[in-house]
Amino acid sequence: MFAVDLARGMWTTLRSMLERPVTYQYPEVKRPVRERFRGRHALKRYENGLEKCIGCALCAAACPADAIFVEASENNDAARYSPGERYASTYEINMLRCIFCGYCEDACPTEAIVLEHNYELSFTQRRQALYTREMLLDSVAAGGQPTPMAVPPGAFNRAIPEMKNPD
Amino acid sequence: MTIDLAIVAEWALKSLILIVMLVTGFAYLTFFERRVLARMQVRIGPNRAGPMGLLQPIADGVKLIFKEELIPDKADKLVFVLAPVITVIPALIILAVVPFGPPIEIAGRVVHLGVADGLNVGVLYIMAVASVAVYGIALAGWSSNNKYALLGGLRSTAQMVSYEIALGLSFIGPILLANSMSMRSIVQAQESWWFILAQPIGFMIFLIATVAEVNRAPFDMPEAEQELAAGYHVEYSGMKFALMFMAEYDKMIAVAAIGASLFLGGYWGPWVDRVPLLGPLYLFLKVVAILFLMIWMRATLPRLRYDRLMAFGWKVMLPLALVNVVLTAVLVIAIGG
Repeated sequence: MFAVDLARGMWTTLRSMLERPVTYQYPEVKRPVRERFRGRHALKRYENGLEKCIGCALCAAACPADAIFVEASENNDAARYSPGERYASTYEINMLRCIFCGYCEDACPTEAIVLEHNYELSFTQRRQALYTREMLLDSVAAGGQPTPMAVPPGAFNRAIPEMKNPD
Repeated sequence: MTIDLAIVAEWALKSLILIVMLVTGFAYLTFFERRVLARMQVRIGPNRAGPMGLLQPIADGVKLIFKEELIPDKADKLVFVLAPVITVIPALIILAVVPFGPPIEIAGRVVHLGVADGLNVGVLYIMAVASVAVYGIALAGWSSNNKYALLGGLRSTAQMVSYEIALGLSFIGPILLANSMSMRSIVQAQESWWFILAQPIGFMIFLIATVAEVNRAPFDMPEAEQELAAGYHVEYSGMKFALMFMAEYDKMIAVAAIGASLFLGGYWGPWVDRVPLLGPLYLFLKVVAILFLMIWMRATLPRLRYDRLMAFGWKVMLPLALVNVVLTAVLVIAIGG
């Protein structure tokens, strides 16, 4: 029966008027993202404030879009940025190129680069698409010191933290 | 012959009020439609510009005014510029014969709420003016010199011409019942009961035919986005596009007001005989109800295929409308005679 089907269709649309809209009022209400959502990168630090990144550029090698540029410099105990010999003096991610695949995260030997949950990455000039080291670095946790810091000699000469057998 | 200045002033004022009403009505009908459609699709709709988004139509209007006016290189320029005007003027003047309320006394003069509602061939006037609107759309499609626009314009012409017959036949029911072609008499005849009670089939035919007549879903063949980009107004931009848009929405308002006047008792409602100014309010509510129905249909029904649309018009609507006319005539003679 055509008329019955018509009435049922009309009733369906009318009923959906009574449902709560699924819209998120975006600037005021942010939509929560999934646990494994890959948003903007962040460069992590250890608890004492040292940067995890050691400037090895494995992320740049792993990057399929060639979005990461790393330049490493020497580290010493008087002005220490990261454990080990080297740290990333230049670390740039070009967000126009990044495809958020997470390969950099996989490649990183010190788990320094992590794709976090920030997805608000719009920009008005192409230059703003270049995220520099300072923009990507996490803030220093409570109880830590900002880098570069002076550390006792010999305390942080391993670039990669101790490997332990699982207990 | 002396010209009565008071009558001239009254007419000028009424016409101005009608035009202003239609322009604001167009603006807020777009807003109303967007909000209702959004709610039917479980969204919120425009709610940013002003409180609850009430300034959205104004924002849209300002945007359209500042848009660039493009005229295609190979277009027929005169006709191209004229087409939106030919489309929008009938939409504006068609409401002149609709009475908005019972006669009221202002400063010792009897004022009829309506620009020319006393016109003795009001229904004929509606049919004639509605037919002129077809020219605007056909000319817009033709002058754009664009295959999609041409297809849209031709489809629209064929569709409007076919459905106008059923539309005209559906008008005959109220005319026979009121024994008059004047809109004022037709509405006054519905003081105690609405004509929809005697004309259920006629009202159905009227609704379907008007939806086809104003080119709205599910009969929006001329604007079929999927196959025709935008149909007859594909090459229009800026204020010309706004005029085309305004014509469509004002036609919606017009057919809603006409339907309310012919079938739903026009301005009649409780206590109108004691407080005449309630009349326009009741008419407004009925018009909003019919407009809501149109938007509701748009949110629900898919577009008909073009050949089926034409077949429906000629093979279903026309016989039904004819049978309805004959039945009404027989019943009027049998009962009223």
